[in-house]
Amino acid sequence: MDAIIIAVVSVTGISAVCAVILCMASKFMAVKEDERMVKIRECLPGTNCGACGFPGCDGYAAALISGGDVKTNLCAPGAAAVLERLSDILGVAAGDLEVKMAVVRCGGGDLEQNKKMDYKGIETCIAAKQLFGGEGMCAFGCLGYGDCKTVCPSGAICMENRLARVIPKLCTGCGLCVKACPNKLITIENESIPVAVLCNNIEKGAVVRKKCSNGCIGCKKCVRECEANAIEVQDNLAIIDYEKCTGCGRCAEVCVTKGIKLFAYKEAGDGNPFKETQIQTSN
Amino acid sequence: MDFKAMIVIMMSAALVNNYVLSQFLGICPFLGVSKETKSATGMSVAVIFVMLLSTAVTWPIQVFLLDRHGLGFLQIIVFILIIAALVQFVEIALKKYMPELYNSLGVFLPLITTNCAVLAAVILNIKENYTFMQSMVNALGAGLGFLLAMVIFSGIREHTENTDPPEAFKGLPLTMMSAAILSLSFFGLTGVVENMFG
Repeated sequence: MDAIIIAVVSVTGISAVCAVILCMASKFMAVKEDERMVKIRECLPGTNCGACGFPGCDGYAAALISGGDVKTNLCAPGAAAVLERLSDILGVAAGDLEVKMAVVRCGGGDLEQNKKMDYKGIETCIAAKQLFGGEGMCAFGCLGYGDCKTVCPSGAICMENRLARVIPKLCTGCGLCVKACPNKLITIENESIPVAVLCNNIEKGAVVRKKCSNGCIGCKKCVRECEANAIEVQDNLAIIDYEKCTGCGRCAEVCVTKGIKLFAYKEAGDGNPFKETQIQTSN
Repeated sequence: MDFKAMIVIMMSAALVNNYVLSQFLGICPFLGVSKETKSATGMSVAVIFVMLLSTAVTWPIQVFLLDRHGLGFLQIIVFILIIAALVQFVEIALKKYMPELYNSLGVFLPLITTNCAVLAAVILNIKENYTFMQSMVNALGAGLGFLLAMVIFSGIREHTENTDPPEAFKGLPLTMMSAAILSLSFFGLTGVVENMFG
């Protein structure tokens, strides 16, 4: 019995001493925190998921306060409610939640017309890819067996003429198709992007021309025409910097092979998101 | 105070009985915080700091309080209490007086509260009947061993990040395997310390 009492008393004693020391410490060594920090911490979910790109919710809160160009719409779990309250606290316009969606980076040379062989194997992209890079002439393009369609949980990918196409209305931007595509053709982009280069072929222009009527030949016409200097050509392939892109659509108009396409998701609904790029400029 | 004995204790804790790679203590930060050498170093420095501090506090408590009143069975709970309180206190103090160090240690400091390597260090000090100085040296050695393991392993991981392993090995499997091989290589140090001074 004595042992129990001594044990209880000493553990309680030690805890009490620790508690007192910690209490004193937190009082006397308190650091004044930005009051917005406290408010922001309260309204963030506190799950420290890291989806915002900062180390935990506190990291995001600190980044928001630091006054840099940090947007209030980065908290995915908090969604609209958190966005609104964050914007209230910081006194900035709420902005839109960035909606992501998948983009298939192939414009689809006509696979049926443009074969290098007849493939009779297992009908999946990954199997087709392993046999000389697929049956199409272009080893970079859509393989056409719909591995992405198979993995898509929301049914947002359909196959049209053996070319994968994303239905923007259904796509949640989860990125499963990105992993499924053996040619790494699919990327996740903001839904608001106006134009995209629908080609992934890094071969020289002349080679691309022979294989596909839609491919990017790296002619740099778009680079010259872009007023925002948002396009550059790397490895014979045009790459658009969406930070700079103003969405004027000039690149899609001038593209020699129509490898750059204008997007029009909002009007498209579940239809084809690619605007016809035969817009005639009045000159 | 035999200087040679001190060196032997330290080398033994750091290399032969490396807490992470030979005794498999503190595996959580070893796998969790080893993605970048910078954060691995930060974590290790924080561990060394807390190990030394908690040894300095727990050794007198064990010897002058627990042993004297026959309360040896309270060792674990008391030590956990003390380490937790200590880490909290250090965090508050650092925040006030050394905000730069506080920021660089960041989230690692509170993580150490639940790090079993720290608890193991203070308990083993008592188990081995070390004197106060020996305990401190042992804690320092254990901390340095932790640092060594963390830095080596984060270096390996930074390299494997850039490789393209077969699908089945990507991510955690590769990490586990490299950890196992590294641990195996540390067994090569067995027997080094015993014969260090002839």
